Amino acid sequence: MSFQVSQNGDVTLVEVEGQLIVGNRQELKQQVLEQLEGGDRKFVIDFANTGYIDSSGLGVLVSLSKKIREQGGELRLSSLNEDLRTLFELTKLDTLFRIADDKEAALAGF
Amino acid sequence: MLDGGQSMPTDGDLILELPTDVQSIAGAVDYVMSRCLTCVHEVPRLNLNFRVGLTEALSNAMLYGNSADPSKSVLVEVAILDTRVEARVRDEGRGFDPALVPDPTTPENLTKPCGRGLFLMRELLDEVSYNAQGNEVTLVLRLESSGTLGGRVRA
Repeated sequence: MSFQVSQNGDVTLVEVEGQLIVGNRQELKQQVLEQLEGGDRKFVIDFANTGYIDSSGLGVLVSLSKKIREQGGELRLSSLNEDLRTLFELTKLDTLFRIADDKEAALAGF
Repeated sequence: MLDGGQSMPTDGDLILELPTDVQSIAGAVDYVMSRCLTCVHEVPRLNLNFRVGLTEALSNAMLYGNSADPSKSVLVEVAILDTRVEARVRDEGRGFDPALVPDPTTPENLTKPCGRGLFLMRELLDEVSYNAQGNEVTLVLRLESSGTLGGRVRA
């Protein structure tokens, strides 16, 4: 997995490439927490180039969302493929996150 | 074949012994999937349901069963049959009672970072069973296009 971080106005966009799984989830968590500690409050994580997220990856997203909310911010997600959307629906995490069809929609709606 | 069942094997069994290292999971699952995909044709259900189930079983075995102890290993046995794919994952831990794992989708558990692995296995596989000790899980994905397909998705 790798990820690209960019600023779009006051929104931090993190684009994840590859799989977000137990073996690499801490890299994403650390990156976002550093941005949060640096003062960022609005986050979009985009999964347009992500094939798979396991339960550990889902757990990291839940954990990050909670920490960001505690700081008065919000984490939104975008570009879930059909398989990823299925996992979010099964675990009901689609009710916990605002999920946009693509990053442009997520950024525009913030 | 893992259980001496009625299905006919298509390409023999596959046995892997993995170190307790979560970095090894993706490669091991990719290898098993590549073997499966040469034998069966229900690619969508394999690619999502079986891949997720096997990944979660390995993750649970390493992180919880073996307590991330690198001196311990995880044994994986996969049988690719004409009507089903089976995987048996065994760790060296003391086992647990899967009945005690809470439902991660209830409101009080939804915001917890852990506890979704077993739930996903149960949702996506047709059969999920543990041995009496609780340190070995057997996953079954049926390949028939009819009948009860545990995967509520991709059926």
